[in-house]
Amino acid sequence: MSAAAQKGFRYIGKKRRTKEDPRFVTGRGRFVADIALAGMKHVALVTSPHAAARIKAIRADRALALAGVHCVLTGAELCAAVEPLLPGVDAPKVTRYPLAHGVVRYAGEWVAAVVADTRALAEDAAERIEVDYEPAEYVLDPEKAVLPGSVLVHPLHGSNVLYRRKFVWGPVEADFARAEHKLALRVRWGRSATVPIETFGVAAQWDPGRQLLDVWASIQMPKYPDQTARALRLPGNAVRVHFDVDVGGSFGVKRGLKHTVLVGYLARKLGYPVRLIEDRLENMRGGDMHGPDRIFDVQVAFDGDGTIRSLKIRALDDVGAYAGRSPLQLGKPVGAIVGPYQIHSVEYEPISVMTNKTAQEAVRGFGQSPTNYALETAIDRVARHLGMDRIALRQKNFIRKDQFPYLIPSGTSYDSGDFHTVLDKALAAADYPALLAARDAARRAGRLAGIGISSCLEPSGGNSAFEPLFNPKNETTTWMDSCLVRVDLSGAITGVMNTSSAGQGHDTLVATVLGEVLERAPDTIRVVHADSLNALPSNSPVGSRMAIMLGGAAAGAARKIKAALFAIAAHKLNQDLADLEYHEGSVSVKGDAKRMLSWDQLVEIAHRKFHQMPSGLEPGLQAKFVWEVPTGGALPTADGRIQMYPCFSFEAHVVLVEIDPATGQPKLVRYACGHDCGVMISPDIVHGMTCGGIAHGIGAALYEKFAYSDNGQLESQSFMDYLIPSAMEVPAIAIVDHCSPSPHTSFGQKGSGEAGYLGAPAAIACAVNDALAPLGTSIDALPMTPLQIWTRMRDVRAGN
Amino acid sequence: MSEQLYPISIEVNGTLREALVPARLSLVDFLRDTLRLTGTHAGCEHGICGACSVLLDGEPVRSCLMYAVQADGRKLTTIEGLAQPDGTPGALQDAFCEAHATQCGFCTPGMVISAHALLETNPAPSEHEIREAIGGNLCRCTGYQQIVDAIKLAAAKREAPTP
Ligand code: FES
Ligand code: FES
Repeated sequence: MSAAAQKGFRYIGKKRRTKEDPRFVTGRGRFVADIALAGMKHVALVTSPHAAARIKAIRADRALALAGVHCVLTGAELCAAVEPLLPGVDAPKVTRYPLAHGVVRYAGEWVAAVVADTRALAEDAAERIEVDYEPAEYVLDPEKAVLPGSVLVHPLHGSNVLYRRKFVWGPVEADFARAEHKLALRVRWGRSATVPIETFGVAAQWDPGRQLLDVWASIQMPKYPDQTARALRLPGNAVRVHFDVDVGGSFGVKRGLKHTVLVGYLARKLGYPVRLIEDRLENMRGGDMHGPDRIFDVQVAFDGDGTIRSLKIRALDDVGAYAGRSPLQLGKPVGAIVGPYQIHSVEYEPISVMTNKTAQEAVRGFGQSPTNYALETAIDRVARHLGMDRIALRQKNFIRKDQFPYLIPSGTSYDSGDFHTVLDKALAAADYPALLAARDAARRAGRLAGIGISSCLEPSGGNSAFEPLFNPKNETTTWMDSCLVRVDLSGAITGVMNTSSAGQGHDTLVATVLGEVLERAPDTIRVVHADSLNALPSNSPVGSRMAIMLGGAAAGAARKIKAALFAIAAHKLNQDLADLEYHEGSVSVKGDAKRMLSWDQLVEIAHRKFHQMPSGLEPGLQAKFVWEVPTGGALPTADGRIQMYPCFSFEAHVVLVEIDPATGQPKLVRYACGHDCGVMISPDIVHGMTCGGIAHGIGAALYEKFAYSDNGQLESQSFMDYLIPSAMEVPAIAIVDHCSPSPHTSFGQKGSGEAGYLGAPAAIACAVNDALAPLGTSIDALPMTPLQIWTRMRDVRAGN
Repeated sequence: MSEQLYPISIEVNGTLREALVPARLSLVDFLRDTLRLTGTHAGCEHGICGACSVLLDGEPVRSCLMYAVQADGRKLTTIEGLAQPDGTPGALQDAFCEAHATQCGFCTPGMVISAHALLETNPAPSEHEIREAIGGNLCRCTGYQQIVDAIKLAAAKREAPTP
């Protein structure tokens, strides 16, 4: 079925060039820093040097004395003029403003903004602003912050806990009591993030004549225009976000709402366009884009034959000093809390705790990759405990392909899959017997080598069911997306999408889908991004959703166009619809191809010849389609069961690692990934995102960490201390495809935007620990940096 | 504050460009803001990411680590200069399209510049040599594989140019 499902399409699944690449390879992208508005001024920021402090005084005279410096804005003015930004959970006292208001809560928090003729001048001026602070107590350790009596990051909130709930799905205690074995483990996912190569930026311009704020931003954020307007106390239709800005990578984090509110306020106050482009330090420190930082305590109940019966997971997540949607990153994993395994019952206790660090934002996978790392580590631990082969243990517990749709204890139904086959394909691609031989040969030669396996799900189709799950006051049950299709008088097709893109190839997606349905060459189809006042509803490219949601909306709109063409032809040819057939845009009478109306003729009737139109059909040729997330639309049950996302992609990773005994440097010798995201619309795009996700996962597993000193200073503030894998650290990756079509989508597609990242950290961690196993040790925290590995090897040897 | 300005003249993509610039103006800002050649990107402004790479007398350099005045009298090629005269992709850029070696496109100009410099000196590089040559260009989207493929493809096409 798998190969067949991917066949039978005209354009879908074919090797075709993308629409976006030509402009990027020639340097003709249009990124936010490329947008130059006449008379534009630039913002620089004054930031807190303290992890916690009271602001006693701010003196800006020396800055304002510089020619070309126009304004110094502080929290006292701004916070009175805008609405606070609230976290995604019910915590109304945890307020965030773009600029600190009386107190600072982390080192790097913005205290004042300077507007000047150039960015360099604004930065000069920022250095001349003097701020008197009275340092205060702070808390950095989430395990201390969660305790009663801790120093409070937001005293008005009354505790540092933003969210905490213990979910019990199924007979957990009974299953634990019945199980023959139990084990417990603790693993820690380190604070890293997606760190796109483009920092965040935003430009805004206020038009007093129209009472309209125009915004250009490097944004990937649901409800961004609405939230900007709300914070600025403007009606929604007074903010126009231009979505035709190329976003230089995001993978979740580009949620620059505070930046936008600041710049929007300044543009309106000053009367000229204002732009803020983060520098890299700004991006890493005050840009509020750190990712999950989690301690997992996992207990597993299992039998001697390897059957895993039940799980208890406690996840303590350090979200930093403020929270946007980040507490909800503990919510999405509810939809795949048992991974690809048949596990009968689960207890899950997510705890979101604040500390005096940079705020957490959404990161690729929205909390799923850390959870997968904890789960897969637990599976390996069970295998070791039982002396069972890790692969056999996984295969034993995998949901079988004849069990779909498969309902997991937390209320989500998995749509389709064939986990056994995909893992087999990955093992074959890696040549597993050869891999074992290579590992063992390396070991015999006195080197450290290990093999890692991971298998996990990519929930896709980006619903927002974690909102009502984590906040009963929030009754969001739709997370729609839309597409508008226009066929103009010349017969050319234009697809309109409603958000910006950050490298996911949405123009290609829409053109391919429209081309597929209408049987017109995708190369001739133009795709544009509406601004937010022209846009139909969209929830932006989050949660691996666009192939499903935008692809589905485009297909729906194209089918409406096709239906209109049929209706016009039936009327003109005086035939029943059932007697007509469609071929590459023309409609003809079945069995009588000469009685035919061409695309051009049909388009001309629609646009010019109302007298030839059937009654009830609107003139012109256009259609919109707004689509609710399939399987969505319901609120959670009282015990917190919910259909989280509609579709479930699957990936299996196999990796061989060798560790340099002298330096602790791990080298990924062989990497294979079996991947099933249903029908691939653009294989090149899927493969590229998967490789990129693996590279990102290599970083999270081995190199990347936002480390803090004991006094709350961020120690990784540049690419010299925050290490992103280069082409030398990322190996050649063998990707093998499989196709289990989703029954919920227009062509059987599933999501793939988070592919690779969801399983790579788990696989690499398992490989490093397999390499360390002969030393009788393991590392239970990411990233496993070369220094950490080297230190562990030294300690073990010293102990010996 | 009036900064002292210095006259510079640089040949950029074959055209002589003259300007008066302050001493501290970086080359990347000169290219982007003064000349409006926005294909050269600034990803870190501290010499690590490689997004700002340009060719200075044929050698790849990081334009964020140079002042515009240091390029006075030299020849520069930016990503725009590697396209065909009508703005469509040049041969190497076309290989990047064929292999889908770009996603968000932010690192891409720097990657293409590094790849171009490699192929000029080593027309048939090994995979390891390719990875080394782009080792100073960070990409967060692609995992580098399709970039490596694109450079291999471009090298192969140079070997056997289409008649
Ligand atoms: S911007 Fe020059 S190396 Fe990053
Ligand atoms: S394509 Fe986005 S950083 Fe390389």
